[in-house]
Amino acid sequence: MKARTDLIVIGGGLHGLSAALQSARRGLRVVLLEGAFTGRHASGATAAGVRSLNRAVEELPLSLEAQAQWEDMTTLVGDDCGFHAGGQVQVAMDADAEARIKARIARLEALGMHHECWIGPDRLAELVPVMQPGALGAAYVARDGSADPHRTIRAFRAACLDTGVEILENHTVTWLAREETRWTVVAGGITHVAPTVVNAAGAWGRQIAKLAGDPLDVGIKNSMMIVTERCEPCLGPVISAQNRKLSFKQTADGTFLIGGGVQGRLRPGGGSASVDFGALSGAMSTTLALFPWVADLRLVRAWAGMEAATADLLPVIGPSRRAPGLIHVFGFSGHGFQLVPSVGRVIADLAETGRTRTELSAFDPGRLATNRKAA
Amino acid sequence: MTFDVAIIGAGPAGMQAACDLRARDLSVVVLDEQPAPGGQIWRGVERNCQPGSHLAQGLGAEYRQGADVARSFRASGADYRPLSRVWQIEESGKEATTQSWQVFVTREGQAEVIEARRVLLAIGAQERPVPFPGWTRPGVMTVGAAQILLKSGGLLPEGPVWISGAGPLPLLYAHQLRKLGGQIEGFLDTAPRDTLRRGLPHLNGALRDWKSLVKGLGWQAGIRLSGLRRETGVTQLRAEGGERLERIRWQTPEGEKSAAAGVLLIHEGLVPSVHPTLSLQCEHAWSDTQKSLRPVLDAWGETTRSGLFVAGDAAGIDGAKAALAKGTLAAIGIARSLGVLEDTKARQARAAGDRALSKARAARPLLDSLYPAPEGKISDDTIVCRCEELTAGQIRAAARRGAADPNRVKAETRAGMGPCQGRQCGYTVARLIAEAHDLPRAEVGFHNIRPPLKPVTLGELASLGKAKT
Repeated sequence: MKARTDLIVIGGGLHGLSAALQSARRGLRVVLLEGAFTGRHASGATAAGVRSLNRAVEELPLSLEAQAQWEDMTTLVGDDCGFHAGGQVQVAMDADAEARIKARIARLEALGMHHECWIGPDRLAELVPVMQPGALGAAYVARDGSADPHRTIRAFRAACLDTGVEILENHTVTWLAREETRWTVVAGGITHVAPTVVNAAGAWGRQIAKLAGDPLDVGIKNSMMIVTERCEPCLGPVISAQNRKLSFKQTADGTFLIGGGVQGRLRPGGGSASVDFGALSGAMSTTLALFPWVADLRLVRAWAGMEAATADLLPVIGPSRRAPGLIHVFGFSGHGFQLVPSVGRVIADLAETGRTRTELSAFDPGRLATNRKAA
Repeated sequence: MTFDVAIIGAGPAGMQAACDLRARDLSVVVLDEQPAPGGQIWRGVERNCQPGSHLAQGLGAEYRQGADVARSFRASGADYRPLSRVWQIEESGKEATTQSWQVFVTREGQAEVIEARRVLLAIGAQERPVPFPGWTRPGVMTVGAAQILLKSGGLLPEGPVWISGAGPLPLLYAHQLRKLGGQIEGFLDTAPRDTLRRGLPHLNGALRDWKSLVKGLGWQAGIRLSGLRRETGVTQLRAEGGERLERIRWQTPEGEKSAAAGVLLIHEGLVPSVHPTLSLQCEHAWSDTQKSLRPVLDAWGETTRSGLFVAGDAAGIDGAKAALAKGTLAAIGIARSLGVLEDTKARQARAAGDRALSKARAARPLLDSLYPAPEGKISDDTIVCRCEELTAGQIRAAARRGAADPNRVKAETRAGMGPCQGRQCGYTVARLIAEAHDLPRAEVGFHNIRPPLKPVTLGELASLGKAKT
């Protein structure tokens, strides 16, 4: 049996869901193929920071577009996804960190971007009274914040279903081939045919790229997160630190989420990752230096995610150079959550018309092409 | 230093394995949460069996046997570390074949990593959580918890109690409580009434362990003769009241009944403690007779992860005598895998252990058939996940919304994300998913277990890093 459609999206993470949703809103018939269930990996393992702070300049146009979209998320998916603009703060714990932050803000200002500002110790203490004094200041973006990842997945999924996207879970892609002007994709024993395929397979994106005859040099990241027991609300902004591995925030439930990019271990077989408590332990020092009172909190859960990461830490967004009709959107390297609404818009542009007004050259898949053709 | 073997749990299986491994001159560390050896079944056995203890008589001869095993264990030369909470087990080294393990443990607020070439999980069982309306109300507790109070400090429940459930433990506890002067108001037997039809096919096999049968019949007869109120064929139990339990209500084939109650003790059997093996992604099998998961083990007690062994009730509910035999078998398996016991000798040693295990298990099929896990309908208003206060109705709705995957339902509802990591709700959630999708229970599985296995503070975690550097 062959099912014909306009667009096949591979991957039911948030980027796949957003691309599927926004393409379907343009009138395309969309099938989304997911190997497990929607949001199973990186989208469900994320700290869900909604952050323009300290982003690569290349990502900022998409990031600032997304910042506005998050403030109006109900219009896109009928729910605010738990977004809370509590701000993001990047602390400078020493003079080198302060100099780097100030240089970055000066560069942004020169480019005409004013979203980040420097705040001194007094303003910092006002914003984050529960933090140990002693930091030299911080970069601050008031409009940033965080969201509820599972609520976001639910909202995007429900909006997709309402818009007529066909979501097939437990349908792992096993075959992918271009025949004349169409792609044939086999998943879960069903053959789908469409002129355009979106590769939003996250940590499995490189496998899909290889199957499609466009092997790309993309690695895997297994960033760890820990969550504590619940406490009284006391922390508004999301805290990070320049030159340190830290991400610290309080969720709406009152739990604290601690991350910052410390890496877990990829399990044998490569299908999942496990926590490395030795590494986590070493990374606790920054958290405890800034928030010594968390020492008494119980750690309730820890996990390691599965996420694609590129050498330059920029995502892969755009048409494949070698496989016509294939659009890549993966490799967000651990900071793709905020970009979900704007990147979905870009992919819908490409799926609908083949072009987009957004500058994508920094994200060009061609920069990561390896010479090996798929067998 | 790297130990040859790290044993987790100092109950019958852990103590026996430690003695046997020490007899082969292997270095052994035993980590246990309790202040003294014995596990749950022999909790407090050293103190309670001192001369003059009135508790020892009330707790019975089988309990007193634990004192001998504890004595041998103390003398075995194993590095015994009580009050040690194991919260993570990792295979150290990058290679999948590396035969070395890291056991993360906290003792007196200090975290530490213990290295061992083999790990034996002898972590026993937990009581099967069976949600019913009002089970979270103060005044309701499990029989096992009540028995722990009895063994730890000789504490009897205040005022008359109601006992509800099925299995040897409620009968034993009722027997112990009566002997020690506790008051029992009534006994609600939740096993279906067709006892004979279910039990008869297994009776012959069970006669190999006729001593246990006689003992069990004695407990039952004691309850009958004592004149306390006894109800059979009980279903649809409810614990009602305000802040505290005030009234219980139940169904029998004759209709609905109720009674005033201040303390309700419940018990519906045991399930193996599988969180560590689930978290380590060992293969598990669904036991339809015991309605629980157990790790898949080879003939030597080794899991599907090389170097990781399981013994005792954690490998399947068989009781204390079987746990001793399983401890011996695991010790043989571990000695063989460490190369200190050659294969032919190991096989000979195993044959004797297998016979002991088979005898100790003789009554198990009868018990499993007499006291099946309750499978009655769980009403929509019943709280299933205590940590996140989610009802059966909410879980059912989430189960219907998508794939029959406990991880998906967990992500959607947070059931299983709380401090208990699904120890209370996991089986119920999986059962509700199976019902919603009309699937056999074996096909639904269990949600992924995230570390830590036990809560650990961030300060303890950080102290680990300091200890290392």
